[in-house]
Amino acid sequence: MTNTELKEVIGSWSENLNFVEEGSEFLIVEVPAAELRKIAEKLKTDANTAFDYMFSLTGVDYGEDLGLVFHIESTTKNHMIELKVKTSDRENPNFDSVSDIWPAAYFNESEAYDFFGIKFNGHKNLRRIFLDENWIGWPMRKDYKDEFNMLTR
Amino acid sequence: MGNQQFLADKIRTQEYHLNMGPQHPATHGVMRMVLKLDGEEIRDVEPVMGYIHRSIEKMSEHITYKQIIHLTDRLDYLSSHQNNEAVALLVEKATGIEVNDRIKVIRTIMSELSRIASHQLWWAVMGMDTGALTTFFYGFRDRELINDIFEETCGSRLTMNYSVIGGVRYDLHENFVKRVKDFIVHFRKKLPEYDQLLSNNVIFRKRTEGIGILTKEQVIAFGMNGPTARASGFVCDIRKKIPYSAYDRVHFEEIMATEGDAFARYKVRILEMWESMRIIEQLIDDIPEGEFKVKTKAVIKLPAGEHLQRVETARGDFGVYAISDGKKNPFRLKFRSPSFANMHGLNKMSEGTKIADLVVNFSTIDVVVPDIDR
Repeated sequence: MTNTELKEVIGSWSENLNFVEEGSEFLIVEVPAAELRKIAEKLKTDANTAFDYMFSLTGVDYGEDLGLVFHIESTTKNHMIELKVKTSDRENPNFDSVSDIWPAAYFNESEAYDFFGIKFNGHKNLRRIFLDENWIGWPMRKDYKDEFNMLTR
Repeated sequence: MGNQQFLADKIRTQEYHLNMGPQHPATHGVMRMVLKLDGEEIRDVEPVMGYIHRSIEKMSEHITYKQIIHLTDRLDYLSSHQNNEAVALLVEKATGIEVNDRIKVIRTIMSELSRIASHQLWWAVMGMDTGALTTFFYGFRDRELINDIFEETCGSRLTMNYSVIGGVRYDLHENFVKRVKDFIVHFRKKLPEYDQLLSNNVIFRKRTEGIGILTKEQVIAFGMNGPTARASGFVCDIRKKIPYSAYDRVHFEEIMATEGDAFARYKVRILEMWESMRIIEQLIDDIPEGEFKVKTKAVIKLPAGEHLQRVETARGDFGVYAISDGKKNPFRLKFRSPSFANMHGLNKMSEGTKIADLVVNFSTIDVVVPDIDR
């Protein structure tokens, strides 16, 4: 489906979605955190969209907000969108886990937790996946101070 | 027999945990797997990653795009050429740099040589994991020839750092065409030996056939990719799906299998080597004339916005996703690693198999640990 058609189909599911068509080759769907699971389930199961393949999950620190970018693809319809969700809570950021909808999110959600401190409600084994368990802080955040990093000097 | 049944009924077994790695030779690098076992049967596999984590994504936020290419060599070191190419293509696409046909063809030939070299190493180690040491020497003997070709042109054997923004770093060496042709002639004779030695070996077949089966639906749900996913019937070759460089002008088959077991994954990689040779043969005879590097600005800034470039490495669908705020370094750079994605399937594959089967399964996913850890 083309971006316009996708926008029409996905837009009919909820009034709280925001669509962005500039700045990326894919349609960007911004979804409020409370509706992430509902929309994700719809995106996967609806016959028109059929987003069954999660290509990647990227944690992002926008400076004030923390967010996630899901690149999701349909293996039958051959289209791709970016699903974005944000939160302004830097102390205790959390989203609902989608690792049961897209099992490919399983390790990726742990990665977002490891680097950005984003928690996922309902994730089976959320842990420091790459860093040491005793690591202090969330290193990929923009306000993380690393005094040993020679590159930032 | 009666006695054994008696024991099985009376003696309670207990699940226990066992650490495999981080230095077990069959883990293909420094990685640990925590196994939950019942006797020798696997109930659960939890990979513990991060032993070679170098925070390449974080480092990339502080350096320029030209410098980032250098770091991508260190992700999947067996597909370093494709990794370089991914970043180069990303920047070229975003800034509108047009490269000529010569560059496209050179990149494609190099990518396919890398793919053959990577699959040769995988085959060599795969044999060793199943107890056949000879394959290791056969695989490395032939891989040396490709490394020599790389050395002559790129100045390096493993981390080539050859694709740069706007072209390639050096022009082809004068011996390049002849040596590649010689290699193809040599390897077309040697590849059937691989089948004679390992593919048709009864012990090997019994250890791989019907082991670690994944269905197409599972492979898609786990986000798996590359030869591992194609062995389960998932059409996912980026060279066909979103052609880049010179892949739109060559004819080749996307190798598929439907069984989804360890042997299918083995078979797909062996056949991919034939296809890679076919691609090289179509291009090697008339490499177009022209510049090997187009002129670019000294400081390259990406337009603000989001950019994604995917390439097919020897392990699968490698993606570079950059969020730019218009500066010379990315605001956020994500490397979507094919090995990391393939790790999702390991637990499902191993359900109810033995420890020895885990070694086979792990070998057939063909992970490169630095690519997982990044």
